[in-house]
Amino acid sequence: MEQARLNIILHELKKSVLVSLWFMFLTFPIMVIRVNTLDHTIMWRWTNMAMIGCAAFVLSFFWRWAMKKKEASAVPAKSSWPYWARQNWAGYVENKTWIYTLQGLMLLGFIILPWIVSTYKTNILISFLTYVVLGLGLNIIVGVAGLLFLGHAAFYAIGAYSYALLSKYLGFGFWIALPMGGIIAALAGVALAFPVLRLRGDYLAIVTLGFGEIVRLLLENAGSFTGGPAGISNIPRPQFFGMHLSVAETNIYIYYIVFALALVTIIAVSRLKDSRIGRALQALREDEIACEAMGIDRVGVKLMAFGLGTAWAGFAGVIFAAKTTFINPSSFTFFESAIILSIVVLGGMGSNAGVILGAAFLVLLPEYLRAFSEYRMILFATAMVLMMVFRPTGLIPARGRRYVVHDPDLDLDDGSKSKEV
Amino acid sequence: MEPVLNVSAVSMNFGGLRALNDVQMHVCAGEIAALIGPNGAGKTTFFNCITSIYEPSEGEVWFTPKAGVRTKLNGMKPNLVTAMGMARTFQNIRLFKNMSVLENVMIARHCRTKAGILGALFRPLTVRQEEKEIVERSYALLKYIGLHKWYNEQACNLPYGAQRKLEIARALATEPTLLLLDEPAAGMNPQETTELKQLVLRIRDEMDMAILLIEHDMSMVMSLAERIYVMEYGCLIAEGTPAEVSSNPQVIKAYLGEEVHA
Amino acid sequence: MDWQYFFELLLGGLTRGSIYALIAIGYTMVYGVIELINFAHGEVYMLGAFTGLIIASVLATLGFPIPMILILAAIVAIVYSACYGLTMEKVAYKPLRSAGRLSPLISAIGMSLFLQNYIILAQTSDFLAFPRLIPDFEFMEPIAHVFGSSDFVIVVASGISMAFLTLFIKFTKMGKAMRATAQNRKMAMLLGIDADKVISITFIIGSSLAALGGVLIASHVGMVNFFIGFMAGIKAFTAAVLGGIGSIPGAMLGGLFLGLSESFATGYIASDYEDVFAFSLLVVFLIFRPSGIMGKAKVEKV
Repeated sequence: MEQARLNIILHELKKSVLVSLWFMFLTFPIMVIRVNTLDHTIMWRWTNMAMIGCAAFVLSFFWRWAMKKKEASAVPAKSSWPYWARQNWAGYVENKTWIYTLQGLMLLGFIILPWIVSTYKTNILISFLTYVVLGLGLNIIVGVAGLLFLGHAAFYAIGAYSYALLSKYLGFGFWIALPMGGIIAALAGVALAFPVLRLRGDYLAIVTLGFGEIVRLLLENAGSFTGGPAGISNIPRPQFFGMHLSVAETNIYIYYIVFALALVTIIAVSRLKDSRIGRALQALREDEIACEAMGIDRVGVKLMAFGLGTAWAGFAGVIFAAKTTFINPSSFTFFESAIILSIVVLGGMGSNAGVILGAAFLVLLPEYLRAFSEYRMILFATAMVLMMVFRPTGLIPARGRRYVVHDPDLDLDDGSKSKEV
Repeated sequence: MEPVLNVSAVSMNFGGLRALNDVQMHVCAGEIAALIGPNGAGKTTFFNCITSIYEPSEGEVWFTPKAGVRTKLNGMKPNLVTAMGMARTFQNIRLFKNMSVLENVMIARHCRTKAGILGALFRPLTVRQEEKEIVERSYALLKYIGLHKWYNEQACNLPYGAQRKLEIARALATEPTLLLLDEPAAGMNPQETTELKQLVLRIRDEMDMAILLIEHDMSMVMSLAERIYVMEYGCLIAEGTPAEVSSNPQVIKAYLGEEVHA
Repeated sequence: MDWQYFFELLLGGLTRGSIYALIAIGYTMVYGVIELINFAHGEVYMLGAFTGLIIASVLATLGFPIPMILILAAIVAIVYSACYGLTMEKVAYKPLRSAGRLSPLISAIGMSLFLQNYIILAQTSDFLAFPRLIPDFEFMEPIAHVFGSSDFVIVVASGISMAFLTLFIKFTKMGKAMRATAQNRKMAMLLGIDADKVISITFIIGSSLAALGGVLIASHVGMVNFFIGFMAGIKAFTAAVLGGIGSIPGAMLGGLFLGLSESFATGYIASDYEDVFAFSLLVVFLIFRPSGIMGKAKVEKV
């Protein structure tokens, strides 16, 4: 008996050693050798190799353990939209009161926060809330309608540039530009959707990525009109009944605007999901052909999904422009689209709470882990890969809607009461 | 009486392949008609043509809904065809797998309801009532079919036979005049098939619906259908009552099988 | 008509096109076997260039002659990129083989970002100068201003490797196995083909060609940076789509087509909008002819 156990342990050790050697070999040129092409020196960083070796050794155990667990779990990997994921640690909350209290407390917290916290931190919160809005908007397209969309940053840019240009050339104020930014972004979204109606899956993803880059490049190159790579500066901040506010106070003002927008977005998106339109979007995601056969106008619904999602990107863009007062095309790269997509995917596609949590992780966490700030991107890229491999449904997977029907003939086998209609 | 569905000389070409050749068919109100034939004969292609998933290369498809005018369906968008009153099920089950059983049926109510974006956002009284009605009607349909116990269950968790029935319930939710069933009994055991037969008869009788079905199960076809069309290689080779068709030598040769004289 | 300019553009386009073709082959082969757009493929190209730079610098300090440096650096870069490609596949793609379309795509995007940041952290985010490793050939002297030595080497090297690849795919047992797996993986497995091995080899070949392209173009252009993979990757993907995704001759044709059209467009129309042109071409093709020049349209059975 002991011999068998010993053999297994030795076997596992051997595997990890091999993995460790492999990674040390693999990363040797890049991690160990550092070339300085200016003064033609070479630096040998052997400690890196040792670190890689140890890390790989340890992590390989974790990896194999996690893989075994994943394969053993009953969740079929096929469905990447499991509504009733058994892995759902957030659980199905029966007790309504505690979740309402939690929400109430958070709301209260957010309302008081800017007054008790520094301007710098308020800025971060504004950023967080902006990403929440962006994520929820993208969620409509990717999470609910199931359309792979990689160009969200372009519509964020369109919103921001709308405000910048409207104020620069037409003197429009913030409050007029806000709805207009959303409308312009929505129209642009619909315009993009027209040619891509027939595309599926990967192709749609690439086309939207291409479109995102085209928008950015056009903005960069239309120098005279859009300020080119230098961007547009001196974008006016929102006025508070014509009063003149200090920078700190304007910040707080913007914070409340974003916060209000975020709340409105959360409510709006929840309502949209749980409606005739929302169901049509989900049907589109599940099976386009069956969806059309059941009487849903596929084209119209797709256009609607794009328009709705991008409208919110537009709103967020206007606020971004107002907050930073200076925008240029480099803020709206594919990286940006990737970040927003990650928020949706990592948080949990189709679920609002997931998106909010995702935004918290991606925006707030790096701020509070200042020490690791230069590792932010690589950690987040790693998180993307790991999430997809081990938990494709995201942090808080979307939960299906349960209906309650009062039918005396029906006796449910499970004694639980379902959520209200 | 004007037939509900009138298909005249429909042909369908896919590049060089002529999948349907000059097919002629009509279905009257309240009738159960069947379309049979060997695999690859073009039966599902025919369904796809009349529901406008494909546009026929030649010929015309005329449809007369219950409370409407006789309309030509060629080139109409599939969702409009459904809205006019023609609903179908699919040969390979195409349920909305990750949605609940109730939601699958609720979605089919889309073409009979109106709420739009603004309605969804603001939820005025009319919209809320519409939602309530959708839930109740869908549930009633599920009860009619016998699947109501699973209304909150995810569609993909249902057993195979129940999934097929759910597809029928979903099609019924669109309030069709003509119901197209594509191999509804495929993969079912004899008991399930008998239940399905009863269901189809009930639907026809209680909902005053015309039904056109594609089927391979001969017992079901012969006992249900009032008129049978037989297809082979894209052409109609016979048409008539079950008795006429089952004694037609061409049909026997192509499909039903010849008797072996020992 | 300025013929010299025309030839300059033509040959320049040929050079570009060869590089695009080398990278595009990787995209198309991977898509052919596992139906995944390997977002991180551009990064493999970039890693090849960096590895080449590092090895070349080390060899230079050790006093190796230049032609040897080029060859050794290229070989090492190819080996390493192949290893990176292989590892990438095992870590980020293999576990997701049955997981639908979205998860592997996101994983690929994550992998792409990971590799870019890996280079930033382990090396630098600046542009690094790459030594001109390709010597000037005397026989190229007369047309050197139109078609330099490094252009020549690029086109020839690409041509030879693509020829080898075509022979491999057509005539070897593994090549046949790869074609079978690309057509129908389950069936191929049932017939005894080790799909995992085939997929690994696909990644190895694709990454090797990309690395070769990376080293060649880096010594042609004279510098490397963590971001070259992204741009080159998108353009090479465009080329793969143009030629018909999943078709290797298509990728080669697509690469040349894109290289030539980009060269002529920027030469005769406007040079600022070079990238926009490539993206626009991609968008247009995906919308109107997603099956590309040589692909077959996929028809979904209802």
